[in-house]
Amino acid sequence: MSQIQNNIWAAPRLSMRWWPVFLRNWLVWKKLAIPSLVGNIAEPLMWLVAFGYGLGALVGQIELGGEKVPYILYLASGSICMSAMNAATFEALYSAFSRMHVQKTWDGIMNAPVRLDDVVLAEMLWAAFKSLFTVTAILGVMLALGISHSWKLLVAWPVLLGVGITFSCMALIFNALAKGYDFFTYYFTLFLTPMMFLSGIFFPREQLPPIVRAIADWLPLSVAVDLVRPLFMDRWPDHPLRNVLVLAVFAVVSFWIALALTRKRFRS
Amino acid sequence: MNSPLLSVDHLVKRYGDTTVVNDLSFHIEPGECLGVIGPNGAGKTTTLRMCLGLSEPGSGSIVYFDGQQMPQDVLAIKAQLGVVAQMDTLDPDFTAEENLLVFGRYFGLPDATIRERIPQLLEFAALSHKGKAKPGELSGGMKRRLSLARALINQPRLLMLDEPTTGLDPQARHLMWERLQVLLQEGKSILLTTHFMDEAERLCSRLLVLDQGRKIAEGKPRDLIAEHLEPEVVEVFGHGAVALAQEASLKALAGRVEVSGETVFFYTHDSRALMAALQAWPALRTLNRLSNLEDLFLKLTGRQIREEG
Repeated sequence: MSQIQNNIWAAPRLSMRWWPVFLRNWLVWKKLAIPSLVGNIAEPLMWLVAFGYGLGALVGQIELGGEKVPYILYLASGSICMSAMNAATFEALYSAFSRMHVQKTWDGIMNAPVRLDDVVLAEMLWAAFKSLFTVTAILGVMLALGISHSWKLLVAWPVLLGVGITFSCMALIFNALAKGYDFFTYYFTLFLTPMMFLSGIFFPREQLPPIVRAIADWLPLSVAVDLVRPLFMDRWPDHPLRNVLVLAVFAVVSFWIALALTRKRFRS
Repeated sequence: MNSPLLSVDHLVKRYGDTTVVNDLSFHIEPGECLGVIGPNGAGKTTTLRMCLGLSEPGSGSIVYFDGQQMPQDVLAIKAQLGVVAQMDTLDPDFTAEENLLVFGRYFGLPDATIRERIPQLLEFAALSHKGKAKPGELSGGMKRRLSLARALINQPRLLMLDEPTTGLDPQARHLMWERLQVLLQEGKSILLTTHFMDEAERLCSRLLVLDQGRKIAEGKPRDLIAEHLEPEVVEVFGHGAVALAQEASLKALAGRVEVSGETVFFYTHDSRALMAALQAWPALRTLNRLSNLEDLFLKLTGRQIREEG
């Protein structure tokens, strides 16, 4: 009887029970939305302004697929992916960890008829939603700055939700492993920061040594940039299926690992 | 004869080579308050966690209500269960009312139903004036009562309370007991674990004494005392008291003599004769009282300190 549940790698058992948990996070966030939003969009905009206009004046234009684009557009279309990544990661690490470990909110929830699997799903979707919210605000500012006016940005929006989902799933793995907040520093310094520089956000991946580039091409953030950047330039991305598939594989595999490790953490 | 709300049969839990719950069987009848007592490491919390589906049993069965099995039917069981954990898990960002609302949603209850229940629950918890207060603004006793109110949001058939008054001051503890008494009078059924023997004696209709993962006694508090102990105790303390434990004239008057630190405990059926005999040692101080659950607990589980979790 217990063999099935004993296996932490068993298939996720998901139901609509995630919804009240998601709603709980929404209710808390609603109370703090404005300061939280300012924090979430201020930093990416500073990057954009400082590098886009500052460095952009030196760089001038960047050649992309035979077309010259202003550096600010190049940077904006990449950094929006980074913002999606960061917003989702912060929520799925620090905030989820507070709820899981510090406040014991998850323990409380599981005294009601809600499975751990659904709690993890709710946290994942919540982090992705928050990331989408941040991204939407930043997109709004970019529109206002006139960086891009392509109607294809409407397509970029759901793609960025996918990016948020992928990075939420990945962050939840580290959430499941963490003993304290300090642990998350490793994830940032060992994974996210290198990825930021290898994924063609600030400069084209063509600049990288071939062997590094071969790896960098398969990073989830590279894939996200490859999907989103052309949309900013009013073009359709090359290999959309391959790139969406790579993101989806990262998301599904990460979610599964995160769930297994979280089950292990809660099992005793 | 009602069928039990919960029956646990031959439950076993091992961690590596250590058996923390060893062939444990018990049940809870409707309307009953079953107290689980035992020293640290006796397996109380592990048993409760298995009953809540938070920990996998090694073997044995846990059957609830109308035959639902833990852990297979965990959601169906939880829907009819109210749980107050040892640590408060209230949401610090929500007011008392919001805490109840959000928790009710986890049960799939419609908002209208929950909002209808909130004022009654706050009143029950003596928190009507604190509906808009956040947990950080509440005292320890208020938080515990809010946790209790939260556990009642789904009108559970059975309440599971893990050390519901640990860490509370006497006033808060008495108020909590009084609230639990009200629930019992309304016919609610409760399983509680506790370290406080006066709590167990006051609330529980039946007790389960655990030690090292085993059931070592079970029954009504008064019956257990009558079964295992002489009705009265004379405690003697002061300089030279310990030597009295060897005094033949006194030992003859006591059913059992126990020394703990500097105090001698004479368990007796005839305290008057014993007290008279003790007049010969006027320098020593005596305390004559009825045997209680604490004496029983210490007799069954020993006086040594259990440091392990």
